[in-house]
Amino acid sequence: MNEIEVLASGPLTTVQDRGRPGWAHVGVPPSGAVDPIALAHGNRLVGNDTVAAALEATLIGPRLRFDAEALVALTGATYRGPFVVRAGEVLEVGACRHGVRAYVTVRGGIEVEPVLGSRSADLLSRLGPPPLQDGDVLSIGAEPDGEPDADLDPPPALPVEPVLRVLPGPRDDWFDPGALEALVAGPWQVSLSSNRIGVRLEGPPLARAGEKELLSEGLVAGALQVPPSGQPILLLNDHPTTGGYPVLGVVLEDDLPLAGQLRPGQRLRFAVNHGSQP
Amino acid sequence: MLLELADNTAAVRVARRLSADCPELADVVPGHCTVLTIWAAESQRERVLDLAEAALRDDDAAVVAETHAIPVCYDGVDLHEVAELTGLSPEEVAARHQQSDYVVGFLGFTPGFGYLLGGDERLHVPRRAEPRVRVPAGTVALGGGYSGVYPRESPGGWQLIGSTTAALFDPARRPPALLSAGDRVRFVRA
Repeated sequence: MNEIEVLASGPLTTVQDRGRPGWAHVGVPPSGAVDPIALAHGNRLVGNDTVAAALEATLIGPRLRFDAEALVALTGATYRGPFVVRAGEVLEVGACRHGVRAYVTVRGGIEVEPVLGSRSADLLSRLGPPPLQDGDVLSIGAEPDGEPDADLDPPPALPVEPVLRVLPGPRDDWFDPGALEALVAGPWQVSLSSNRIGVRLEGPPLARAGEKELLSEGLVAGALQVPPSGQPILLLNDHPTTGGYPVLGVVLEDDLPLAGQLRPGQRLRFAVNHGSQP
Repeated sequence: MLLELADNTAAVRVARRLSADCPELADVVPGHCTVLTIWAAESQRERVLDLAEAALRDDDAAVVAETHAIPVCYDGVDLHEVAELTGLSPEEVAARHQQSDYVVGFLGFTPGFGYLLGGDERLHVPRRAEPRVRVPAGTVALGGGYSGVYPRESPGGWQLIGSTTAALFDPARRPPALLSAGDRVRFVRA
């Protein structure tokens, strides 16, 4: 099996595929690439199955040595269409210019033992492979049947100040009547202490209507959970499956890839979507 | 969609019905008094609501629940503190903890962690003011009216009263979690 040596892992690089949805009822987060569009794009560029695993780098990409020729693509926060890395060559992914997560897809996929049907690293539950360390050796999976799709257009550039669409609820009635307006008015800034579990936001405090304590209930990625500080946390893929802070609104699934690319310090806005609930 | 129910018994009944009869749902996640349904298509809404109503009407529908006997050694570092908080002796805390039957209200927090309802009200103690960074796997604990077992080493804010060798979570097993919402649990002395 062909291999990749991790010369430098970068601040946080993990193996990610489409995650392990369907196990929340036993406390297992969905996990998976937080920018699934970028992952899917990368897998198409190198001709992989949609279920293949890639590397998800955070802010600064890894430095990797390939022991055999490989077809590679970079998507997400960095973009480079399919290119060949020769045996013994070193790939320096480099810093993310826009967004925060870059995907390194390799033809054949990153081969690690699946856990509950997924190769994703879940940083909350510590399921799946641990984050990459300098000196790790990764295996590349078998040659897939698919053809590389080099003609794909690069995805549109990430917006400077993204607007995420939010469905109100399920607990909007636990907040002051003006809380949704305050959410839309913003402005919001991404806190430094954001990760794959959630994006912490700083802005106008979202006030609760009462002092009641909510009993724990199920959560989804995209939920805007509001702790007593009034500063919401936008839950991402490694989110806890249940929680006791009320959820003011839920970001539409289609906008979650954008949420997964929010940089610390970046500004963003919310728009209320009054369509039907997902 | 988040369904709000009257109590945990209703939540478990609805969750079990939906898991059994609505396999097209991506997940059915009970909470203390809620059921979260995760679906692929909006068109599933009506069917979910119909099944939920039917589950609530069927008062005597047999809920197939397993009973688990979990062996416990009452050697937790907070056993004496719990005794002080409750005005009982450590021996009485252990005895009362074993005397009740518990119901698995829901799972969450970490894979395989069940929030156990019921139990002696004298043992309903608050969570610790400062959560611990590390609680060992198999620790039996009390917090906020619940009892629970930490399946794996993790942070934790509950009062630690004992330990068990029971395997609460094994991702290679099907189902991976020992406990399922609605199951019964009894603690027995190891």
